[in-house]
Amino acid sequence: MTTTEAAHASAREERAGFVPRVLAVPAVIGLALLILPLGALVLRVEWGTLWSDVTSPEALSALGLSLATGAAATVVCVVLGVPLALLIARSTVRTAAVLRALVTVPLVLPPMVGGVAMLFLFGRTSWLGGILAEWGIRIPFTTTAVVMAQTFVALPFLVLALEGALRSTGVGFEQAAAGLGAGRWTILARVTLPLAAPGLVAGIVLCFARAIGEFGATALFAGNAPGVTQTMPLAIYTAFNGAGVSQGTAVALSLLLLVTAVGVLLLVRAWRAEAPR
Amino acid sequence: MSAVVSERGRDAAPGAAAGLDARVVVRRGGFALEAVVQVPGGSVVALMGPSGAGKSTLLGVLAGLTGFEEGHVRLGGRTLDESPARRTPPASRGVVLLGQDPRLFPHLSARDNVAFGLRVHGATKAAAADGAVDWLRRVGLEDLGGRRPAQLSGGQQQRVALARALATAPAAILLDEPLTSLDTETAGDVRALLHQQLAATGTTAVVATHDAVDAVALASRLVVLEDGRVTQSGPVREVLASPATRFAAAVAGLNRVVGTVDAAAWRAGNLVLPLPAGAQHPSLAAVFRPSDVRVVDGAPSGAAEWTAHIVRLEQTPAGVRVRTADPDVAVDVTADRAAGLAPGDPITLRVDPADVRFVVEA
Repeated sequence: MTTTEAAHASAREERAGFVPRVLAVPAVIGLALLILPLGALVLRVEWGTLWSDVTSPEALSALGLSLATGAAATVVCVVLGVPLALLIARSTVRTAAVLRALVTVPLVLPPMVGGVAMLFLFGRTSWLGGILAEWGIRIPFTTTAVVMAQTFVALPFLVLALEGALRSTGVGFEQAAAGLGAGRWTILARVTLPLAAPGLVAGIVLCFARAIGEFGATALFAGNAPGVTQTMPLAIYTAFNGAGVSQGTAVALSLLLLVTAVGVLLLVRAWRAEAPR
Repeated sequence: MSAVVSERGRDAAPGAAAGLDARVVVRRGGFALEAVVQVPGGSVVALMGPSGAGKSTLLGVLAGLTGFEEGHVRLGGRTLDESPARRTPPASRGVVLLGQDPRLFPHLSARDNVAFGLRVHGATKAAAADGAVDWLRRVGLEDLGGRRPAQLSGGQQQRVALARALATAPAAILLDEPLTSLDTETAGDVRALLHQQLAATGTTAVVATHDAVDAVALASRLVVLEDGRVTQSGPVREVLASPATRFAAAVAGLNRVVGTVDAAAWRAGNLVLPLPAGAQHPSLAAVFRPSDVRVVDGAPSGAAEWTAHIVRLEQTPAGVRVRTADPDVAVDVTADRAAGLAPGDPITLRVDPADVRFVVEA
């Protein structure tokens, strides 16, 4: 054994700590539970027809709608979520706890319940929906409803990730910037947000991923109209139930979502490795 | 309102109108800070006091970060704050607070940190970059401008923070224990740089410190703050030579023993000293150096000799400091002389009355 190898071995021993060894068994089972289904999915891919499945008009329409609504929902989440995260992070401990709990509700709520709730708020029979209808605005079962449903389920991810980063950075650097004469907008743009950038990027990625994958709230609030509200998850569900696109398409679209997810994760890792810590 | 303990009469320093003039009353639960601080324009005042005395609170008020109940802050001829309603936000005060943590922006290089302040004061990008290079040269870091704060040592970070602060030509700079987290040698270097740059720029400054060396090296005047009140202030050497409180005496490294006066003698416990002519105040404190006290063999035989009991022994760089009780007196002895001494033992001490100063007990 060379000196370097010995050094590596001793470093490994130091990191191992004193966790009971038998815990490796449930750990590996847990990992298998996460990874094996994805492997099974990949095994079912019909590589011969993959390209034609992915490029079928129904699939392309669902993919385009998913990317467009997912991007729109992410933008809405940033516009609304960054101020909300700032508000929570700079509140007193008690106010922050209440606000954080409120933001967390959609996160722990089954998305379908969110869809039903949004339908009751914006539906034609509701007070708000009635007013909107008078102005000729109908939200349920439109592409706008897709974006709203995605925003509803994705916003907490962005807010909580960014709020954690803002809170851990604290106000010390902002005070230093103010003492040097910087105004509030300058401090936000040049100190607060750059320092919270890792949290912001993580939040945006989680937000986009969650928006792309949104199913329950969309299904109930926006419906399943091809080209208007049928996003990828709804297309996959429909294909699996044997209507519209074929099952091969469902598998191909699933693979596409999987590859997108892994790609985004790798991008974030690369970005974070360069980020100042 | 309750009485404010103001600085002594001679402290209504000339030129205070152009410098810093603050009267601050802060109440936080059981703690009350009621202090008057005046810093003549372009000069440095040291602020000393035990932990929890309110030094950081006072600096926070001056920086506009901490609210206060009553008082005013005037700086460079401007009234920044005036109770009850007038408050100037930190960004418009021209006051930079530099603490133990230099708070350099971690995502910016040293150069960009310095340029930040210049940019927000309206410099163009190019001018700010040039100014930053210039300021880094003044603090001796011209080669390290490209580094991030995490790649700099603690002393280098404080240098960058000082350059960043002074580059904005602040009306006042507040230093809150800026050298505390540095090792002795680095602290000495940064202290010398602080002195040089504060003098060169003529910046009005308040330095909170727990180290009398900082006060002597950086400041012309010293304000002692204890339990939220100013207990003494004046030229640094005067305050250190005649400490008005136990804390000030400890800072100056002196014994300060409060005694009573009767029949032309001063008495505290076993210690009796002859009074100099004219010193006829009922309550006087004797001030003398621990190194001026001698250990005598045998029983007390003359004036200014007394029997004390050893409370504890402390190692010092020069030898051993013996703490004794009744009255509480510290005695510096050599390591040889300290051999055989133990807590609880009686010890005979002598101090030459010529080495003792009497100050009126406040």
